[in-house]
Amino acid sequence: MKAETPRPAGSGFGEAIMVPVRLAMGLVDAPLRWVQRKLGLGGMAAFFLLPNMLIFGIFVLLPFFINFAYSMTGGTALFLDDRTFVGTDQYARLFDCSNYIDPNSCTEDTFWTAVGNTAWFVVLQVTLMILFSLVTALILNRELMARSFWRAVFFFPVLLSPVVVGLIWKWILQRQGLLNFALYGFGFEPYTWLNDRNWAFAAAVGVSIWAHMGFYTLILLAGLQAIPKDLYEAAEMDGTRPARAFWRITLPLLMPNLLVVIVLVLIRAVQIFDEVYVLTGGGPGTSTLYLTQYIYETGFATQLRNPGLAAAASILMGMVLVVLTLIQLGLGRSSEKKGSRK
Amino acid sequence: MSRIAAFIFRRKGRNGWHWTDIVTWIWLVGGLLIMFGPAVWLVGSSFKSPAALAEFPPTILPYVTQKATVEGYDKPLDLYDATLPDGSKAVLAEVRRIGVISQMVDPEKPGEIIKVNISQRTPVRTMAFATTNYTEPFTHFDFVRYLWNSVFVTVTATLITLVVNSMAAFALSKYEFRGRTFAMLLILATLMVPLSVIMVPLYSIVSALGLFNNLWGVILPTVATPTGVFILRQYMLTIPDELIDAARMDKASEWQIYWRIVLPLTAPALAVLAIFSVVWRWNDFLWPLIVLSRKELYTLQVGLSIYSGELNVQWHFILAMTVVTMIPVVLVFIFLQRFITTGIAGTGLK
Repeated sequence: MKAETPRPAGSGFGEAIMVPVRLAMGLVDAPLRWVQRKLGLGGMAAFFLLPNMLIFGIFVLLPFFINFAYSMTGGTALFLDDRTFVGTDQYARLFDCSNYIDPNSCTEDTFWTAVGNTAWFVVLQVTLMILFSLVTALILNRELMARSFWRAVFFFPVLLSPVVVGLIWKWILQRQGLLNFALYGFGFEPYTWLNDRNWAFAAAVGVSIWAHMGFYTLILLAGLQAIPKDLYEAAEMDGTRPARAFWRITLPLLMPNLLVVIVLVLIRAVQIFDEVYVLTGGGPGTSTLYLTQYIYETGFATQLRNPGLAAAASILMGMVLVVLTLIQLGLGRSSEKKGSRK
Repeated sequence: MSRIAAFIFRRKGRNGWHWTDIVTWIWLVGGLLIMFGPAVWLVGSSFKSPAALAEFPPTILPYVTQKATVEGYDKPLDLYDATLPDGSKAVLAEVRRIGVISQMVDPEKPGEIIKVNISQRTPVRTMAFATTNYTEPFTHFDFVRYLWNSVFVTVTATLITLVVNSMAAFALSKYEFRGRTFAMLLILATLMVPLSVIMVPLYSIVSALGLFNNLWGVILPTVATPTGVFILRQYMLTIPDELIDAARMDKASEWQIYWRIVLPLTAPALAVLAIFSVVWRWNDFLWPLIVLSRKELYTLQVGLSIYSGELNVQWHFILAMTVVTMIPVVLVFIFLQRFITTGIAGTGLK
């Protein structure tokens, strides 16, 4: 990115808004000059950094560390002082299973159901997401009329809120919905898809792909467009077949971006919650109950809430995410493409 | 026509259609239907009356059954095109239905009941937009309240995000001090701590600060975003240090340098961050759901999810409110999409 001189403020409205802001910032200046005299230049750096560090400290770092303390305590009390130390009991409870393949044999059977569901979800969703966004990126990278329009088409759902996404699809998949209407044209009877365990799971996977694939398509497309065109021209002159050009030129050169995207999709898939929660509420039964929802319900929603257990589960999930993020940062460094999240 | 088609489908180089061209167009047109179709269906449905929403098969456009007030009956009656037993046709109003027999009256001669088999009648329908779906939630559901809460959270959080993150980015790009690398690493490390991992302790901290059931409890934990610091810092690094040195010679204070020189020059990056922040905060769901338990504090997203999870979902209101919730984001999509797409392609942030 390059710095460029900003255009002079055009509209009178924009000017009017800026007047009180300018005034406030001007008023702040005098006391800050005093601060600057006291602190010196280096001190001013600390001053500028302070608000951000304060917020990070209070709302990210502090919770991160006391999360471990929470996972070592029991009871339903909210504040740490009122809680009793139980050591590793919460972890022991999570891992108390006679057979790890069968969630019903565990003390915390919902936790293992959530783990199993999340694992299946991650495998299916990540595979399909990569497949769909890669094909879309390849297609958008062709000589196309109105490419930016088509790119926007696939990008549109990315901006929608998870709640809106969940409700749109809940409305389509319900008994009087668009899907049944379309199938009715082919002679099928209406079906309540979201009341069926397998279809609800498929819907969770499909809807989350629908909502996010435009984002990854965009990153992959940027990667594709960075591949020099003369490579393909040279390949064509040598009589290389397009399929071979794809495997030998496109895929290897896209690999850094592709790896970053895979890890990003993985990180998001492990944390899946919002849109599925609105779409199915974790049901029917526990068929679309995923880890984040388990943590949320254990920590906040159930009648017998257990913050310690929720904290222990969230730390286990956090460890998976830390590993994935470290891989991502490593990949990002080696490919000079920064991948990050909000 | 064929020239338009040729223009739309023109491709460089090769002549004639290759199978990949066919796949391309099937994929694109299919994508158009799947990506926009659901949202368009939502908007269309939001104008239907509750009766039309319960129908199967649904109609594409919103229709309502015409009603007529008939002398001797309290409520307006539904009008039907009926075929009478003698084969003649008439427009009749239905009084009641018993099994497969509908008892009807002629609105002109209300005295006499005519019995018609239900297969012999079709409702008289006209297209009508149920705009009450949009107007009623404003009185029924504290909808104005939720709208205001969402706007307040979005605007306040975005303003604070811009100020706090640009200050930090300024410090990290324009000053040399001990611990600068450490501070940068610390900020990037917070990328590894998503909300789903720290929600239990974060909730207790927010409660301890007295911010439970308070919109500031929704705003404050979100305002320091690592990606915000990151993109602003990358941008500020391109601003030449000579500008700042010159300002210092002219006795400008550090605050003035930040506010009068660096910030205006960072405007493009600030714009990108502002757009992202608006979309993030408007769409936030899990954290507001945890922090806000009093009805009058719900944001739109929380209110929508709560009402849609009720036993008797009033879909006609939910659909209309969903459309309203979509509007700001759709506006961003239409007018500011290029900022977002270049932002993502450049930094991979969302």
